[in-house]
Amino acid sequence: MTIEEIQNEIVDEFSMFEDWEERYQYMIDLGKTLPLIEEQYKTEDHIIKGCQSKVWVHAEMNDEKVQFTADSDAIITKGVIAILIRVFSNQHPDDIIKANTDFIDEIGLKEHLSPTRANGLVSMIKQLKMYAIAYQTQLN
Amino acid sequence: MIFDVKAIRKDFPILNREVNGKPLIYFDNAATSQTPQQVIDVIVDYYSNYNANIHRGVHSLSQEATDAYEQARLKIQKHFNAKHPYEVILTSGTTHGINLVANGFSSLLEKGDEVIVSALEHHSNIVPWQMLCERTGAILKVIPMNENGELILSEFNSLLNENTKLVFVNHISNALGTINPIKDIIEKAHSVGAAVLVDGAQSCPHIKPDVQELDVDFYVCSAHKMCGPTGVGMLYGKEKWLKKLPPYQGGGEMIAEVTFEKTTYADLPHKFEAGTPNICGGIAFGAAIDYMNQIGFDSISQYEHGLLEYATEQLLQIEGLKIYGTSKNKTSVISFNVGNIHPYDIGTILDKMGIAVRTGHHCAQPIMDFYKIPGTIRASFMFYNTKEEIDTFIASLKKAVMMLS
Repeated sequence: MTIEEIQNEIVDEFSMFEDWEERYQYMIDLGKTLPLIEEQYKTEDHIIKGCQSKVWVHAEMNDEKVQFTADSDAIITKGVIAILIRVFSNQHPDDIIKANTDFIDEIGLKEHLSPTRANGLVSMIKQLKMYAIAYQTQLN
Repeated sequence: MIFDVKAIRKDFPILNREVNGKPLIYFDNAATSQTPQQVIDVIVDYYSNYNANIHRGVHSLSQEATDAYEQARLKIQKHFNAKHPYEVILTSGTTHGINLVANGFSSLLEKGDEVIVSALEHHSNIVPWQMLCERTGAILKVIPMNENGELILSEFNSLLNENTKLVFVNHISNALGTINPIKDIIEKAHSVGAAVLVDGAQSCPHIKPDVQELDVDFYVCSAHKMCGPTGVGMLYGKEKWLKKLPPYQGGGEMIAEVTFEKTTYADLPHKFEAGTPNICGGIAFGAAIDYMNQIGFDSISQYEHGLLEYATEQLLQIEGLKIYGTSKNKTSVISFNVGNIHPYDIGTILDKMGIAVRTGHHCAQPIMDFYKIPGTIRASFMFYNTKEEIDTFIASLKKAVMMLS
């Protein structure tokens, strides 16, 4: 699936939730099931420090597609990460670079990507794109 | 005056609003307090009727604004019982006051001099002193704390010696709510000839410090934590110290005479008030002090202590909940965690239910490092909060814990 198709799918899924509680319970459950980053990558090099929660991100490229794994010490942050990884992982670097994150507004999670939130997610998206740019350079 | 929380709440328009569809419960008072209509009216009145620059104009508006501003200084002087009005420097807030003193001392300290801070400090009371020590070659020492979040005074005594020039300590810890024994600390520091600066940012909203009785050398606070506006605060300094310190910033207002060869500085307090001050803020600060005094600090402390005890008791019934800062001498601040749940997660869910608490390290990372935690959830109460709000908070917290476990 393309990034856009996955985003549409997520928007559809979220439209079934009736209130914030269902939405958050879903995110919390997602956070609990997020495939954890391998312990060897949970290091200072992979950390994105938010003022409140920490995020670790690792990237690899196989067959011209970038795979991301990530983790956070806060579970709701982890839930948002799970959604972002579902969108961005296993995609071509060029598609990742061009993608936007407007769908986050549509699913009612905009506040988590606010720079004042200090949870590391804004920096995380930047980091995902930086990895994509780096891998794209390798492909050129 | 009888303490009537229902009537008091009517003074605060913001308490009527909803957040995420729920009535706002505001428990982030240690970060900033809310503003009563009486203070908002003063701000509106200033800009509607007598906005003008002060101390210079001969016209009527300027006179009126100057009178109101200086009247506010007198109110502040009286409130803190400073000996002279010119010992009250109006600043942009606590951090400004601390930096002003730290900067002044950089010309008074020598290599090998010692500066003592406490382990309970806010970053704003650590960083300026680190910078001061870097500039002067002075040595920074730290009064350690115990598991209850109290300073270990015996350790403080052993840090003191003839090289100690300055001691900096907060009156009340912002992260834990501990009330520090500052009178004792001041007395001991004075016995070796050291000056003491007390950060009163967290105390002034709850108690009424008497700077002469404390015999403190410098005392700083912010208006926005005591029902006033942001961007204004007070530095109290004993006359002898304020005369010794060089000016912090150059500019208008702070000079007596300027030629290209030499400038002579204005007398206190203007020496430290360069440029156009926050005139409206200063006047509103005075109004906030009037408002709080009208309710009365004895009533405020007593009522808030009731809230603290009630909330503590209710919180401790939640399984796995741990309170950080368990001193017997505390103000209405409760810092806690539940099990291994990240404070950020609980704060996020509480916000969804209209409850404002603070989460994180509260700009006091050394305290979090001491307890080996990433941060805490901090609920802090003011005299306009109620037990009913605490009940809703507890129920919401239980729900958040259930969702997150």
